[in-house]
Amino acid sequence: MSRYQEKSVHRQLLFEKAGFSILTVLTILTVLPIIAVVIYVIVLGSSAISWDFIFEMPMDGMRAGGIWPAIVGTFYLTLGTAIFSVPLGVAAAIYLSEYAADNQVTRTIRLAIINLAGIPSVVYGLFGLGLFVIFLNFGTSILSASLTLSIMTLPVIISTTEEALSAVPQSFRVVSVSLGATKWQTIRRMVLPQALPGILTGIVLGLERAAGETAPILFTGAAFFLPRLPNSPLDATMALPYHLFVISTQVPGMPIQIQYGTVMVLLFFVLIMNLIVTVIRSRARARRQW
Amino acid sequence: MSKKLKSSEVIITRGIQLSGFSSILFVLMILFFLLYEGIPALFTVPLDDLFSSRWYPIEEYYGIIPLLLGSLVVTLGASMVAVPFGILTAVYISEIAPAWLKEILKPLVELLAGFPSVVLGFLGILVVSPFLRDVLHLPTGLTALTGSLLLGGIAIPTIVSISEDALNNVPETYRQGSLALGLTRWQTIWGVTVPAARSGILTAIMLGLGRTIGETMTVMMVTGNAPILPNSLKVLFMPIRTMTATIASEMGEVATGSPHYHVLFFIAMVLFLFTLAVNIIASKISFSRMKRSERILS
Repeated sequence: MSRYQEKSVHRQLLFEKAGFSILTVLTILTVLPIIAVVIYVIVLGSSAISWDFIFEMPMDGMRAGGIWPAIVGTFYLTLGTAIFSVPLGVAAAIYLSEYAADNQVTRTIRLAIINLAGIPSVVYGLFGLGLFVIFLNFGTSILSASLTLSIMTLPVIISTTEEALSAVPQSFRVVSVSLGATKWQTIRRMVLPQALPGILTGIVLGLERAAGETAPILFTGAAFFLPRLPNSPLDATMALPYHLFVISTQVPGMPIQIQYGTVMVLLFFVLIMNLIVTVIRSRARARRQW
Repeated sequence: MSKKLKSSEVIITRGIQLSGFSSILFVLMILFFLLYEGIPALFTVPLDDLFSSRWYPIEEYYGIIPLLLGSLVVTLGASMVAVPFGILTAVYISEIAPAWLKEILKPLVELLAGFPSVVLGFLGILVVSPFLRDVLHLPTGLTALTGSLLLGGIAIPTIVSISEDALNNVPETYRQGSLALGLTRWQTIWGVTVPAARSGILTAIMLGLGRTIGETMTVMMVTGNAPILPNSLKVLFMPIRTMTATIASEMGEVATGSPHYHVLFFIAMVLFLFTLAVNIIASKISFSRMKRSERILS
């Protein structure tokens, strides 16, 4: 090796070292704020958290008391979203993965799913207002908001479920059918159980997004303030994200404590959901049979 | 018994097929409602007014140009943040980070994706905007720049995870071949792996920007909500107003069927068509890549 070449190799390796360091720093700069936000919110919010803050009704124009109706409302909305979007989304994914032929129709379906995923959340809100609130006359209600959120969540559930289904090896299906099982029996007994962890992950991620959304429920079901809990799906409801929006921008003289407390509860939900996903994934990876 | 089994299977199969087609139905329904409520704006508001530079609905000025440009400014600003940080983070996670670090970094980025946009807006109001106001000596911290920084944070998880997928899908043999030829890992990344994944990375950027332009709550909370016509770079340091924020903040107060109502639906229609275009282009990019790789394999 000539001296020139040796020098150039040396320089390249130095170059590599410098490049790797820069990328490391940039990645840290990307990730650090995420950790910082979580710690910041926990530090400032934890002093607001108490039994009363979680389980009391808001008082004094929301400047005192708790956030119970917002928590319950978000729970109802998430439940409603799950009821509509999970069966429909999983069934649609089964269709795409197990039944659909590779033709123009299927490509159109895929394009539609990609588009649903890209539609801005506030446009979903307008659509929900036009269809569910006004046209179908459900009013501003949990039902309208849940239906709107369901359509928004659908693409997440469909695409993650489809991915989980197509990851199941083809041989599982072939063996099942060769033993005399019908197509549906094969799906029901062989494919779905194997894909379950992936499907659950998709459902949790989809519902997490739905629970944190504000724009789609602004005009379809969210209430500024309610003195009582909703008692039917046709009632409007308070919701955590919308409540946070209200108390941080619309109510003057709002104690900062309550705001941070609300953020913390919201973030706690997100952390729990993410933890569930991580646990499901690692357990599934450990148990994987293929 | 076998007959009963068959009929139940037929029902289930039909149900599954119907569900499969539901997405098309929903997209068409959304398009229909937006057109149905948005097109009347073209007849109730003169075209010149609709594309003028003044948005002041109380006095019936419905010029959507400042809102369009507002969305554009914030989206471009966000892409300045999200594209370099997102792609380089993806390269780091996929190509450089050791396995244990990957297991930490990926869930963290996913956590950012799960942050509700109101939470980012809230932190924007309380932390980012006072900081920018003090550092840059601005009259208010609620500016396009604040919105861009936070929206960058919203686009980053999308860009990172899709780019990282694309990089992971580059066959290991490409890297091995390059290393065997004597290239360093650094040269391999930029000369082989990233170019091989470029269509996936391009898709990631498109989808990230699609998310940014449609983001509502964060921009509504931190950009100051002033529908000003941007005319110079200084606009980054001034309050602006995006299309999404306009819809979200004004829809609650308009009378159903009024010109203002129709114009808001018209804006939503513009947004819908915009994201439709972005998504079709993004999926065309990945389809064409698929065809090319199929061609290589055959």
